[in-house]
Formats: sequence, C-alpha cells, structure tokens
Amino acid sequence: MSGLEQVGVGHFLVLSAILLVLGVFGIFLNRKNIIVIMMSIELILLAVNLNLVAFSAALGDLAGQVMAMFVLTVAAAEAAIGLAIVVVYFRNRGSIQVEDVNLMKG
Amino acid sequence: MVPTVFFYLFAVVLVFCAAMVVTARNPVHSVLFLIAAFFNAAGLFLIAGAEFLAFILVIVYVGAVAVLFLFVVMMLDVDFAQLRGGFQRYLPVGVAVGVLLLAELVFVMAGWQFHPGMPQLRFAPTPAGVSNTVALGNLIYTKYVLLFQTAGLVLLVAMIGAIVLTLRDRRTSRHQSIAVQVARNADNTMELLDVRLGAGIDMDAILRPKVIEPDGIDDDPLDPPQGGPPHGGHHPAGAHHGPEGR
Repeated sequence: MSGLEQVGVGHFLVLSAILLVLGVFGIFLNRKNIIVIMMSIELILLAVNLNLVAFSAALGDLAGQVMAMFVLTVAAAEAAIGLAIVVVYFRNRGSIQVEDVNLMKG
Repeated sequence: MVPTVFFYLFAVVLVFCAAMVVTARNPVHSVLFLIAAFFNAAGLFLIAGAEFLAFILVIVYVGAVAVLFLFVVMMLDVDFAQLRGGFQRYLPVGVAVGVLLLAELVFVMAGWQFHPGMPQLRFAPTPAGVSNTVALGNLIYTKYVLLFQTAGLVLLVAMIGAIVLTLRDRRTSRHQSIAVQVARNADNTMELLDVRLGAGIDMDAILRPKVIEPDGIDDDPLDPPQGGPPHGGHHPAGAHHGPEGR
C-alpha cells in the first residue's frame, strides 16, 4: 500500500489548491516587488507539480511525472530569464518597481 | 499511519512557508522560506512515490533556482521597504481574489471522482517491480524522448538568453589584448640608464614597464600607440602611468 493511498489523493489536491491560492495572493499582495512576484509564480508552479504528481500516483500513470519534470524545466528557465531581465532593468533604471516599467507605454 | 502523519507535518509546514514567502518583510527571508517550502514539497513527493522528482526538486530548485533568487535579492541594492508600500492597499483585493479562487477550487473538488473507464486511458502505466527512477528513465528516453529533448532545448535557450541579457562589455575593465602582448619587445619594457658611480638615481616610485597600456575607451587595443606617448611614458620618473588610483 503506497503512501498516497493511505493519505488519499484528495488531501494532496486540497493542499495544492491552498498553495496555488497563496501564490495568487502573493502576486496581488506584492504588486511592487517583481522578485516576490516571481517567487509567487514559483509557488504556483509548485502547486501544479504537486497536483500532477498526486494524480500520477493515484492513477498509476507515469506520464504525469514526466509532465511535472517538464514543468520544472520550464519554471527553472523562466526564473533564470526573469531574473536576468530584472538585473538588466535594475542596471538601466536603478529601480525594480513594477510601476516604473512603463517605457513602452504610449 | 506513518505516511499520514508525515503528510500533515509536511503540508502544515509547506503552507506556513508559502504564506511567509508572500508576506515576509525582507525578501531574503522570502527566499529562505521558499527554500523551506521546496524541501517540504520534496517530502510530499516522496510520500506520493515520486522519488526522482523529489530529488530533482531538491537539487535543481533548492540548489540552483532558489540560490539564484538569493543572489539577485542580495546583489540588487534596492530599498525593499519602499517596495512594501501599498501592502495594505492591495490586501483586500488580494484576499478577495484568493477567497474566490479557493471557493472555485473547492466547488471543483467537491463533486469530483475518477471515471470508471479511467485505467484504460492511461498513457504510461506504472510498471510493477521497478523503482520510480528506473521506470521514469525507461519512459523519458523512449516514449517521451521528444519532450525530454525539448526540455533540454528550453534550458539551452534560457541559458543563452540569460547570458546575452546580462553580459556587458565594460569599457573600463582591462581585457587581455594578445596582439599587444605579442608585439612587446625589450625596448618597450626595459630602459637602460647610465648611472654614475655612487650617484644613484632619483626615483620616487616603483619603475613600471613603460609600455602604454590600452585604455580601451578611445584607442583601438589592436593598435597600441608605440611611438607618441600620450601619457608621458618616456620619462623614467613618470613611469607609473596608467589609470589613477589603481
């Protein structure tokens, strides 16, 4: 009897829902700080991964874990590119406030 | 029994850490709580039987991504207290959206069940008798090899993109100029002085080679100004030329 069957897939889903809501909440709460917004996005992706792994284990289907691996890859790439953009932006403007990013606004 | 206890332990700590990530005053604390959240999520993956993903999460996320966040947070000289402004102003809308989303998810989860014909719909049924890592390896190198290669391509593009974005050619930094090094000869670096016996020479600093180092700002480093001394490189006493305050 695997660990997931003892715990129940519903518990995993509720936990992942809470995590996702916390991530969305963080995006709204830290509207000015782009770094915390990116960390909130990481939390959301973690919730997605938790969901994928829970369903993969509950259904006995490994494709979910392959997909979770792909999501991890994309999240890592997103974090690297996003932080690079933040660094370049800070170098040019001396600020990382989200509201200051309005150069392309007409 | 034991997995349930550990599940609740990990789950409670994970939710607490996630809440601290979004509410901590100091972004460094946010990153550290994010690392703790990743560790607990890895524990939950272990409970679900996904050992390989748990290790990937710890190695890649805690070891690379979270440390990358830590680097950026500590490197940028930002007044984070100012970024906290408007926290109270955004709190109601954040709570409203969060509660709405949670209510929707609860509604989704309340009336949910597996379809009876579900086992026939599996893409890659978990093989019995092999460990999770072996099973995953058997899968990603055969059936999902294109997905695997695409993941590698995404990482390559991200790496190149991050390097291209952050690389800058600082004109004040001193790069190696191989042509100048090769073109050096004894006349550029050494000066023979005729010193009278017992007189000595008056020299107030360390004698540096009098070759003119390329500044890189206006003159081409491939074309070292050997003849005319813009910095007064002829005089032995003024031989310690170059950028001031080195």
